[in-house]
Amino acid sequence: MAEILSLHDAVSRYVEDGATVAMEGFTHLIPFAAGHELIRQGKRDLTLIRMTPDLVYDQLIGAGCAKKVIFSWGGNPGVGSLHRLRDAVEKGWPHQVEILEHSHAAMACAFEAGAAGLPLAVLRGYVGSELPNVNDQIKFIECPFTGERLAAVPSVRPDVSIVHAQKADRAGNVLVEGIVGVQKEAVLAARHSIVTVEEIVDDLDTHPNACVIPGWAIDAISVAEKGSLPSYAHGYYPRDNHFYKEWDTIARDRDTFTKWIDDNVMNAGGNA
Amino acid sequence: MSAVEKSLDYTAGEMMTVTAARALENGMTCFVGIGLPSEAANLARLTHAPDVVLIYESGTLQTKPEVLPLSIGDGELCETALTTVSVPEMFRYWLQGGKIDVGFLGTAQIDRYCNLNTTLIGDYTSPKVRLPGGGGAPEIATNAGEVFITLKHSRRTFVDEVDFVTTLGFGRDGKARDGVPNIGRGPTRVITDLCVMKPDPETKELVVVSLHPGVTAEQVQEATGWEIRFAEALESTPEPGARELEVLRELKDRTARAHAGQ
Repeated sequence: MAEILSLHDAVSRYVEDGATVAMEGFTHLIPFAAGHELIRQGKRDLTLIRMTPDLVYDQLIGAGCAKKVIFSWGGNPGVGSLHRLRDAVEKGWPHQVEILEHSHAAMACAFEAGAAGLPLAVLRGYVGSELPNVNDQIKFIECPFTGERLAAVPSVRPDVSIVHAQKADRAGNVLVEGIVGVQKEAVLAARHSIVTVEEIVDDLDTHPNACVIPGWAIDAISVAEKGSLPSYAHGYYPRDNHFYKEWDTIARDRDTFTKWIDDNVMNAGGNA
Repeated sequence: MSAVEKSLDYTAGEMMTVTAARALENGMTCFVGIGLPSEAANLARLTHAPDVVLIYESGTLQTKPEVLPLSIGDGELCETALTTVSVPEMFRYWLQGGKIDVGFLGTAQIDRYCNLNTTLIGDYTSPKVRLPGGGGAPEIATNAGEVFITLKHSRRTFVDEVDFVTTLGFGRDGKARDGVPNIGRGPTRVITDLCVMKPDPETKELVVVSLHPGVTAEQVQEATGWEIRFAEALESTPEPGARELEVLRELKDRTARAHAGQ
């Protein structure tokens, strides 16, 4: 049963140094508040999994939290590069970060397989791509029924998954609306899960086929109002496209990045 | 090759977008990449192809954005979609399941066999420039019925050998699709700001089939990193129409206003 905790306590309890962490949200509902809490608590040596690292992992990488990043598209959407990811990969700042890259289809299937309790995902993928040459976690198997050659990747089974959603009720049941990405799969695939929400309500006011994650499948719920900014929360606030563009300048330079983290994360206190 | 006089005032970029838009037929289902493909696909929807079905990898199915999205998962795409599905469902049921007629992609590098590189420039272990990576493209390119590619034409983008095959065109020898079951036809046309190219039916090597008005074969060769072939019956790409230009400019103005207002 989900426990309603402060974000500080949820991160402190469930995210250990060296953990494998998936913070999902496909462009939408990215758990920035939780990412900032990881930075404030000085988490280290994390293996960070996300289809699109986005600014949230750029910040964690630049702040020195990451040992390894598993991803499928590492850019600033519509803007350009993730400069902290690039600086880590190209120049080893603040330290060398190992990367393991997939395609979106493979990662989406790997999250789904994790949620389904399977050891691997099978897909008609990577045909002719050179990604299998640089990622030893991509293999090919033969279909036992048709003989077709198919790609196989290990399922994603994080120690902790963290996602953001619009709202939870007092029993910790969560409603995710809009672009739902792989959030539900991430929660169900993980050993532990934290869901940050915009608000806690008496009644989810939902409909039969909505994306609802039951409270008993979640470890912790934390209220983080505007917790996905500069990403967005459908029905609550829009994406701050302006900030995504600004980030290009902030993150390009190590000093302006570090100052931004100091001013906006380290000394911002969070909502503990 | 004589340059054709332009009758309307338009830019090379507009010529590219309009030509790319015209490649989409009404009623097609199109898996859309962000940027130039998205601009072209929406222009098609707002002009000659009102029933084109646009699908973005964020799970937004049959979407009709009023303004162009900055990211693949902008709220606009979800709010104007028929429905929004999870990302695993999008890739497994809709793309891998064979429901997509055409994948519309951009790229950082392309070679003569339409192999696409969006991974890096240089060597994998010590890259000169690290690019974003594959995203949806590797499976869009093989699981969609066919693939259209649009990008600006330059020696930086049209290279003799891509540094990395992120996404399959026809392989480094042009034969990588031969005998592979259950995959699409692969790239069928490449549209740039200078010309339109199609793979040779036999060798799969890109051949210039039409030059945009005012563009010479020499210009195309100059902007291409290998000795590019030209079709014997080289055509002139039809100019943009007044309405297409008007709709495109309105779309871009609306988009600029919407993104500035945030």
